[in-house]
Amino acid sequence: MIAASLHTPHVDWFALSTILALLGASGIALLGAVLVPSGARRAFAATVSGLGFTGGLVASTWLYVDSASGHRVVSNAFYRDRWTALAQIIICAVGLATTFLSVEHLPGWSRGADRERRDDHVAEFFSLLLACAAGMTFFVGAANLMTVFLSLEWFSIALYILCAIDYDLEGSLEAGLKYLIVGSFGSAALLFGSALVYGATGSIGFQEIATAVGTQGLDRNLLLVLGLALIIAGLGFKASAAPFHMWTPDVYEGAPTPVTAFMSAATKVAAVVLALRILQTSFPQDSRLWTWAFAGVAVASLAIGNLAALVQRNVKRILAYSSISHAGFLLIGLSAGTALGGRAVMYYLIPYSAMAFGSFAVVAARERELGVPVTLENLAGFGWERPFLGVAMWFFMFGFAGLPLGGGFVGKFYVFAAAYDHGWAWLVIVGVVATLVSLYYYLGIVRAMYMRPSAELAVGPGAVAVGGGSPAREPLLHVAVAMALAVSVGSLFAVSPLIDLAKHAAGALPF
Amino acid sequence: MTISTVTSVLVWLPIASALAIWVLPLSRYATGSLAVLVSLVEVGFWIEQAARFDFTRSGLQFSERAGWISDLHVSYHVGEYGFSLWLVGLTVVVMAAAISYGFWVGRDRPRAYFGLMLFLTGATVGVFVSQDLLLFYAFFEAMLIPLYVLIGVWGGAGRLGATLKFVIYTMAGSLFMLAALVVYGIHTGTFDLVDGPTSPSRWLFLGFMFAFVIKAPLFPFHGWLPDSYREAPPEVTAVLSGVIAKAGVYGMLRIALPLFPGPASYYRTTVLALAAAALVYGSLLAFRSKDIRGVVAYSSLAQSGLIALGLFSGTNLGFDGAVLQMVAHGLVSASLFLIAGAVERRTTTGELRLLGGMARGRPALATLLLAVGVISLAVPGSAAFAGEFLILAGAFQRAWWWAAIGAGAIVLAAMYMLRLISAVLHEARGSTVGDEALDLRPGELALVVPLVGVLLALSAWPAGISHHSFAGKSPTSSVQGRFK
Repeated sequence: MIAASLHTPHVDWFALSTILALLGASGIALLGAVLVPSGARRAFAATVSGLGFTGGLVASTWLYVDSASGHRVVSNAFYRDRWTALAQIIICAVGLATTFLSVEHLPGWSRGADRERRDDHVAEFFSLLLACAAGMTFFVGAANLMTVFLSLEWFSIALYILCAIDYDLEGSLEAGLKYLIVGSFGSAALLFGSALVYGATGSIGFQEIATAVGTQGLDRNLLLVLGLALIIAGLGFKASAAPFHMWTPDVYEGAPTPVTAFMSAATKVAAVVLALRILQTSFPQDSRLWTWAFAGVAVASLAIGNLAALVQRNVKRILAYSSISHAGFLLIGLSAGTALGGRAVMYYLIPYSAMAFGSFAVVAARERELGVPVTLENLAGFGWERPFLGVAMWFFMFGFAGLPLGGGFVGKFYVFAAAYDHGWAWLVIVGVVATLVSLYYYLGIVRAMYMRPSAELAVGPGAVAVGGGSPAREPLLHVAVAMALAVSVGSLFAVSPLIDLAKHAAGALPF
Repeated sequence: MTISTVTSVLVWLPIASALAIWVLPLSRYATGSLAVLVSLVEVGFWIEQAARFDFTRSGLQFSERAGWISDLHVSYHVGEYGFSLWLVGLTVVVMAAAISYGFWVGRDRPRAYFGLMLFLTGATVGVFVSQDLLLFYAFFEAMLIPLYVLIGVWGGAGRLGATLKFVIYTMAGSLFMLAALVVYGIHTGTFDLVDGPTSPSRWLFLGFMFAFVIKAPLFPFHGWLPDSYREAPPEVTAVLSGVIAKAGVYGMLRIALPLFPGPASYYRTTVLALAAAALVYGSLLAFRSKDIRGVVAYSSLAQSGLIALGLFSGTNLGFDGAVLQMVAHGLVSASLFLIAGAVERRTTTGELRLLGGMARGRPALATLLLAVGVISLAVPGSAAFAGEFLILAGAFQRAWWWAAIGAGAIVLAAMYMLRLISAVLHEARGSTVGDEALDLRPGELALVVPLVGVLLALSAWPAGISHHSFAGKSPTSSVQGRFK
């Protein structure tokens, strides 16, 4: 009889189908860790993961098609609209590619561990990956501060473990711990900010906050502004935007490379997509404040990311700083606070996540080949030895740098257009100068791959694959890189359809 | 409509062939042959296009338009005017010679090499036919990508420093162009070069010009030039100085002058001064250079200055002469760099003090170098003479001292070119010139002779270009009317 006295909300299960597909697959993979014999565990878990992400892709695509008019579901806790669905599509695609990459690369490959030990927690890995993606797909649709925090912790905890899962790998545990501590700080900031906003307005729903601010004239209320600042800081941690970026290089370097690939693409999508939603929906009256705040954060990210990357030798660290600088470019679009800016951000995320994922996947291949961290020195000759991966990396690097070899070019053009449209020509200049600086290290990677003979290759002690032999055959890794390459180059030519998708998605936000 | 009237073919055929070469596992010989074949097909298409081109009609011809980024009004818009037709022709001819040269010397890693050369062909043609600012910018940047790798992988010992300098310099310029075009496009609501209105903004003009003066280059933005021209493989240098540098001055003609008439006349004296400085300073450096490539590289700097002098003189004669000189100098410098490559292959060096006496027993080399050299120093009757004369006459109409500076520089040109010819061909036999240094082989002749042949034809009939670049009443009115 208790059930009768409780108000159970009506649940639109279809709106949650992406999340449910991923969670279901996660559960099955976890069962596989116990029930499936260790010999078949890797294949089983990977298959489940692949199916889960494919299911998520199908569900979110369907949701996109079927949610032309956005609305809130499950007692106004979750948005069912195209902004959510498009972000879910990107996250599921990254997850699928990560699955391909991980089959051959996780955990504990290449360190000479025996097969038993290597396959020890492969099923847990895929289960966590799915759970993490489920958390992210929930996060991007969150409609009140409670669901935001809940899903943030949900995917963050999964990520902490993923970073530390490869305990044979030097630095993996350290990376996990560092991420846990700094990440918790970010979550705490977000939670405290939410509390302050609730204290000021008395509501936790995004739209209700805006209504309360509007009707009670709270837009300069100290609690509210402080809360807004803390929320921005908390999301800044997840998007690894400066000055909340300090964990990024260490964690990206220490975590197993497939996890880094997933993180650099999917986490940024989730954080940026939610940031734009929450600011635009809850704090339109304070838009002057947060557009300036984000412009400042963007400038800081561009400066710190690009300058610090110049002096790095470790390729994963270079790419980590590059990811900080791209947070800066994304925030340029976000700080415009216009429909054009929203479209620009959503479009930018598509080639960006492909390039970020793809470049880490290529690094993973080289890492496995050498058995030591990949540096600019030991990339020598890579481009000629592995032509496909070399060309792919070439495309990713030039695409990152904004040369017209991929959608990164149009993405940059779009965020600059959005910034100018907002009246911020100075931000365009900052972005242009940052792009110029970034060329140095992106071209440094191309130079290392192609313009130094492999005779110069200097591999330190601890390498396993030196002394000849072909590199391992990695068909699935090639599939993952090919997916990333196709998206990154394809988005240059298919600009109009993708922009239409992004436009309809951004149409769900109240611009 | 035949296929040759489709401008896109000229752009995308080489790029598609590049992709095919990268993907297909062809042998060294097959790869090279395919690349040469494609480059010759390009020349064929261009010839037919030139034959169908209506030089009396003003406005864009062979144009195509398709949506690209519709909500910001960016479109894929290509087409040709008279002067762009000539520059496309220059591109396909020089690229064909360069690709054949690469085939003849047997470059390493042929699939990568020929793919990149073809990609470069497509991107460069794209620059000359784009009628949309963002598309222009995309091709302008796309030229950089193959060049970076071509110099960095197949270049000389100092290639890594040279490529870095080259890319950072040129990107610095073009990124400011990106900022300027974003501002222009969002402000006016269109990125189209044909429909777009003129703008009075001096900042935007400077943003565009910054990119063009670095690419051309003009003094003092030429820091990248000597290193790149010296370290690149000879055929790539031929392309760089013959074609790529022309993209800079083409940008002034197609974008900076017609779109920003107010600022262009405001900064006219400044640009003319920079151009004159490039002309004199480049000529002096060429005279002091220690090696063949240095001489030709700095003479390219001087010639870019001369062309810019013609364009910014803003007179009918200046415009006509500038277009003629772009083509003539493109052919001259490409031939000279290819000959320099041939000399370097025989003697392992380009240093003038180690060379000398090569004329004896090498009649073909001597004849060709002398012929190109003489055309290059603008001997009366040559194509370069016609171009320089028109430019100087145009500059004279602006103010007599510009013409005086230019005329002085032409004397300098005679000095450095004759110094080069005598240091290579005459004087005492150089220490590196052995008996095994043969005359030009038939393969090399087959590359250089056609270029020289075109030059001689232009010398006979310079009006073929100078009277067929701008339709309408006069070149100045055509530029002012934005070629409509």
